[in-house]
Amino acid sequence: MSDLSANRVSRMGDGVSRKKKMATEDLIFTIINTTFLVLFAIVTLYPVLNTLAISFNDGNDAVRGGIHLWPRIWTLRNYDEVIFQRDGIRIGAKITVLRTVIGTITSLAANALLSFILSRKKFLFKSGLSLFWVITMYASGGMIPTLILFRYLHLTSSFWVYVIPGMVSAFNVMVMRTYMAGIPDSLEEAAQLEGAGYMRIFWSIVTPLCKPVYATIALFVAVYHWNSWFDAMLYNRFDPQYTTLQYELRKLLDSVSASTGGQVAGTSLTSSAVNTITPVTVRAAATIATMAPIIALYPFLQRYFVTGLTIGGVKE
Amino acid sequence: MENTLSTKKTKQVDTNKTPFTVKELKRQWILVAIAVVYVVYGIIFYYLPLVGWIMAFQNFVYADGITGSKWVGLYKFQFLFRDPTFLKVIRNTFAMGALNLVFSTVVAIAFAILLNEVKNKWFKKSIQTISYLPHFLSWIIVVAIVHDALTSTGIINELLMKFHIIDMPFPFLGKTEWFWPIVTFSHLWKETGWNAIIYLAAITSIDPSLYESASIDGAGRFQKMRYVTLPGLRPTIMILLLMNMGNVLNAGFELQYLLGNGLVQDVSRTIDIYILDWALDARNLDYSLGTAAGIFKTVVSMTFILVSNYIAKKRGDERLF
Repeated sequence: MSDLSANRVSRMGDGVSRKKKMATEDLIFTIINTTFLVLFAIVTLYPVLNTLAISFNDGNDAVRGGIHLWPRIWTLRNYDEVIFQRDGIRIGAKITVLRTVIGTITSLAANALLSFILSRKKFLFKSGLSLFWVITMYASGGMIPTLILFRYLHLTSSFWVYVIPGMVSAFNVMVMRTYMAGIPDSLEEAAQLEGAGYMRIFWSIVTPLCKPVYATIALFVAVYHWNSWFDAMLYNRFDPQYTTLQYELRKLLDSVSASTGGQVAGTSLTSSAVNTITPVTVRAAATIATMAPIIALYPFLQRYFVTGLTIGGVKE
Repeated sequence: MENTLSTKKTKQVDTNKTPFTVKELKRQWILVAIAVVYVVYGIIFYYLPLVGWIMAFQNFVYADGITGSKWVGLYKFQFLFRDPTFLKVIRNTFAMGALNLVFSTVVAIAFAILLNEVKNKWFKKSIQTISYLPHFLSWIIVVAIVHDALTSTGIINELLMKFHIIDMPFPFLGKTEWFWPIVTFSHLWKETGWNAIIYLAAITSIDPSLYESASIDGAGRFQKMRYVTLPGLRPTIMILLLMNMGNVLNAGFELQYLLGNGLVQDVSRTIDIYILDWALDARNLDYSLGTAAGIFKTVVSMTFILVSNYIAKKRGDERLF
């Protein structure tokens, strides 16, 4: 602040010219800022739109490059190939939908119940239980001990490895607990006077009031499940019946980058009357198909995550 | 978090704390019963893997189990720190983690401040909505996008050739010196908008009267950003930095694993990728070595958090605990 008042004194004399200068400064700033933000938006959106255009383009034609926001030769064959011709992707989609639905519901319930207990002011083991879970955020056994443990527990080569181990997340619990702690105690006390037990309070009082934070956490968890692939690779590598969509996409992209390693120049010039598919267009179609559900739901969900992030507020 | 530990520190009896009586225990038996279930679950899935650290001091063979495998003391750790690959991997993890931490913080703050300066509500909202879209895409998709943009026919090479900056397509993904910048940029592309959300929320909670008095004092737009907005963000910045300190070493996995290739493996491989190799490569399977590397990572992460928290405490800044 002291800098500012010093400034004021030194500038007292030329008030008028200063105002004028500030107006131009303001204008220049606004122009530069707007340009910058528009550029930012272009850099964010362009690659997605470009992939979209390529996914609708003829295969051989796309290899020539130069496709930007609009396909040159339209075709739906890439999507036909991705959606109908590949078993892996079909199974992956099924497993991914299943784990997203089951995983989100169980995880939401598990996190909510723990948060409820931790936000009860009278709970006797509140600080102990809370410390027990905070530690899990920082101390992790690591990849290999976890892998070995899951093998002992027969969680590998199974669908449940996607659902059970990650069900409770200390971070999500902290967010929910903070929200629940904000609910007035008087509500709980009134319900207790009327004879409601803790489970009744959880279900009929806390849960209805927590809908916004539940929606936020559900969104986080659902996106996590939709996007995961690493657990499929680590625990279910040899079990194609438990593959996930993203892991299949990964395999597809991998095989493509291997086959076009040196950018085959010869194939790019062959033009054919029938629409063709090439790895480049198939992977574009697969990429778009995989992100489509998220983009479709995005406008409806976005109001939740902003509130969710800010209420969590990191700290009480 | 603070609550938990500070109640322990203060010796005098907290008036809010319910005294421990059998009657109270009976009254809230259901809470205690549920808590027991969560403790059992937590022990199995979070604490038992820590017991697995024993493997690092053995020559662990899966068939023999932890009780049957041979003990080798610190041999695995000695091997690790003599392995030139591991040393390189540590360097890569730290370097990319630090680049990521610094750039993602600075760029997110800058983006939040610039966005906050926009007067037009519709424009502001549109830009923000676009900005956090990539956060919801998987790393697999992001890597596909980065890969497409940087290949010989990709948009970057196309633009560079159009403006005659280069004559031939440049193999960005095959150059060791380009890998770290590409990784940093990919992180920025995916997470800037998302990271900015919390800073934007913090900016809106700055007392508007501060801006007014700054205006009266003759502060221009830049001065207000510099002397009001930035100091107002300080607590948020500190707390997020602290939280992210523990994650510096975690920021080096999916992207590097997916984007890396044989040409750049000297600079692309991180501790997690190193561990994964010992876990998956059927020919040189060594669970013990991988566990040892994992212990190193966890211990370093914990040290980071504790040290930075201690420094924050000394300086009177926000802290985690």
